[in-house]
Amino acid sequence: MTESNGAETAINPKSLSIIVTKGSLDWAYPPFILATTAAALDYEVTLFFTFYGLQLVKKKLDPKFTVLGNAAMEMPMFGTHIAMPNFMAMIPGVDAIAGAMMKKMIKEKGVASLEELREAAILSDVRMIACQMTVDLFEYKREDLIDEIELGGAATYFEVASKCHINMFI
Amino acid sequence: MSEHVLDAKGLNCPLPILKAKKMLKSVPKGEILVVYATDPGSVADFAAFCNQTGNELVESSQDGDVYVFKIKHTADA
Repeated sequence: MTESNGAETAINPKSLSIIVTKGSLDWAYPPFILATTAAALDYEVTLFFTFYGLQLVKKKLDPKFTVLGNAAMEMPMFGTHIAMPNFMAMIPGVDAIAGAMMKKMIKEKGVASLEELREAAILSDVRMIACQMTVDLFEYKREDLIDEIELGGAATYFEVASKCHINMFI
Repeated sequence: MSEHVLDAKGLNCPLPILKAKKMLKSVPKGEILVVYATDPGSVADFAAFCNQTGNELVESSQDGDVYVFKIKHTADA
């Protein structure tokens, strides 16, 4: 253990922190999959939700989906893959339909629902912190967010991250 | 010694691992949990899971489309 500024710097080799900045249906998956799996491997896990990531800790979990601006997105359809050009997103209902298709696909392929993953994260003691500044910025109320969430700022994040072996930004 | 079986067929990553971890808690130390899965990724993942958690993967085999993992509960946690 090295002491540089008197602060506790012991790093647990099995610890993970993820800054979660995205709140769409597709981008909601990576942080919850990694957090729950790490917890199952006995890691100490902290998720720090900020900006659009806050969508994922609202009591009502209902992330939206858009085909806009995603050049790599294509849906398996009619035995091939169909890309969704940007202009499609202008058509009312297209994003909702694409989102529903995605959810159907997720269910059919035996992929966990987000609700299931979030519940698993809570049950396996994943620490969840919501960024106070963005909660205020977007005018969310504490009661809009799940009970398990703590509120904290950038300093809280660094206190966690400085003791984590793996730190990610999603 | 009762048999501990987890049927994770049809489930995709990371559900087989999450369910196995949960179920291992009720498997007495020294006993074996048998997991059935169909996710091809689970072959690498169960090896990694056992490495990381200190449990022993006593068997990893395939029976048709089904993967069979036998995990001996050796970890403390």
